[in-house]
Amino acid sequence: MIADKVLNKLQQIGYKTLSRFNRVGRASLFLWQVLLSLPYVIQRPRLLVRQLYYVGVQTLLIILVAGLFVGMVLALQAYIVLVDFGAEESISLMVSLSILRELGPVFTGLLFAGRAGSALTAEIGLMKSTEQLSGMEMMAVNPMKYIIAPRFMAGVIAVPLLTSIFMAIAILGGYFVATEMLGIYEGVFWSQMQNNVDFYDDVINGMIKSLVFGFVVVWIAVFEGHDCMPTSEGLGQATTRTVVHGSLAVLGLDFILTALMFNV
Amino acid sequence: MIFDNIDMDIERSKVTAIMGPSGSGKTTLLKLIGGQLKPDSGSVFVDGENVHQLSQSALYDLRRRTMGMLFQSGALLTDLSVYDNVAFPLREHTTLPEAAIHHLILLKLEAVGLRGARHLMPAELSGGMARRVALARAIALDPQMIMFDEPFTGQDPISMGVLVKLIHDMNQALGMTAVVVSHDVNETASISDYIYVISDGKVVQSGSPEELKHSDSAWVKQFLDGDADGPVPFHYAAKPLIDDLMGGIKSVRS
Repeated sequence: MIADKVLNKLQQIGYKTLSRFNRVGRASLFLWQVLLSLPYVIQRPRLLVRQLYYVGVQTLLIILVAGLFVGMVLALQAYIVLVDFGAEESISLMVSLSILRELGPVFTGLLFAGRAGSALTAEIGLMKSTEQLSGMEMMAVNPMKYIIAPRFMAGVIAVPLLTSIFMAIAILGGYFVATEMLGIYEGVFWSQMQNNVDFYDDVINGMIKSLVFGFVVVWIAVFEGHDCMPTSEGLGQATTRTVVHGSLAVLGLDFILTALMFNV
Repeated sequence: MIFDNIDMDIERSKVTAIMGPSGSGKTTLLKLIGGQLKPDSGSVFVDGENVHQLSQSALYDLRRRTMGMLFQSGALLTDLSVYDNVAFPLREHTTLPEAAIHHLILLKLEAVGLRGARHLMPAELSGGMARRVALARAIALDPQMIMFDEPFTGQDPISMGVLVKLIHDMNQALGMTAVVVSHDVNETASISDYIYVISDGKVVQSGSPEELKHSDSAWVKQFLDGDADGPVPFHYAAKPLIDDLMGGIKSVRS
């Protein structure tokens, strides 16, 4: 009896592991097909522009608001720590480095997974369950090219742009708090930043991170949508998975990328 | 296994019906013909080409030239209007100028009686109208064959009558081959030239509607007449009722 239960459990573990690997394999093949379909998108810029509007422009508001507040809070916290050492003039350094290196790409990746990634999964999943994808195939239009590839490309383009907007607005938020509320001299704020922030090490590395995050989050989002069970339950699960896996991937990759980039 | 040694011929310019109970794999059969699913063994030939041996681009080419499919839900693209839905295959596959496409769309919509509904969005259509729009879209490229997946299911009598007439007219006027998958016996029989009845993965019987009506198979008789009990039992397989009742609550789980 007990031996049976143990065996059952083992069997389940084996089955689950196999299906995990199976899914990873399918996701990789899927990505390969998406990449092969990208040239089609370049011939149809209208499809891309439409998706850029949906995943990019419509995510702008949450990025702007989040960026502003993150920058403002960061300036306050930096002041509280630095003023004890009489180093409050370095406030801009602390704000800009944490935004450019970490918070900008990570926050944008997380917000993008929640706002645009979930919408992409739900949209594609619903198209699958209402047979729109099959219908397209039977009309001899490859949904990979017409539906998936433009959304994928739009996401990969949008995330770095959103990240740079997030960074800019966060630094402005920090600037506002530092100069207007905390009485830091304006010239000090900007010159500290100018002297200590490196374009390649800080700005470019941050943008590379955002490119990687965008790629992974959109990949997860379109794959989950395309691979979901075409039922309302399956669709709900797929949307949740997009947000959970997307967010975890951003955080995990951030650690790896930071370790690689800054040679710690 | 869904199909076991199944062998069917679908004649050009005829209406062939495939009937069978729910869950007998009728839709799967259409997906096999359209190349959306691959069989473990066996082959499907459409217009002389082995569907599952083709490369992806050749398969898409074959679909574009020869096949149209009407899905049960209509499968209209929900972000496009009726007009743009019918225009979709034309814009994707032809280089016709927009003025010519406009005329074609109006003619196709006229054929299904929905020229006046061209500005509506799919969400504003009734089920029957959505299917008619989908039909207009399926014939936009004048395919040689159209596959109808349960065209009558869930339709009110009028919409059903309209669809029956449309399938019949298109076959008669344009010589279009039609494959109708359905379990609406009377409607399907009224327009079919030949009927395959499938069950449990096998062709149980085939023939013209007349021949099937005089079939001596009890199963086919039950299916065509819609009797509640017969060779297909009313009860799902279970142990005797008295054992279940006396077995206590635990027996429900076992």
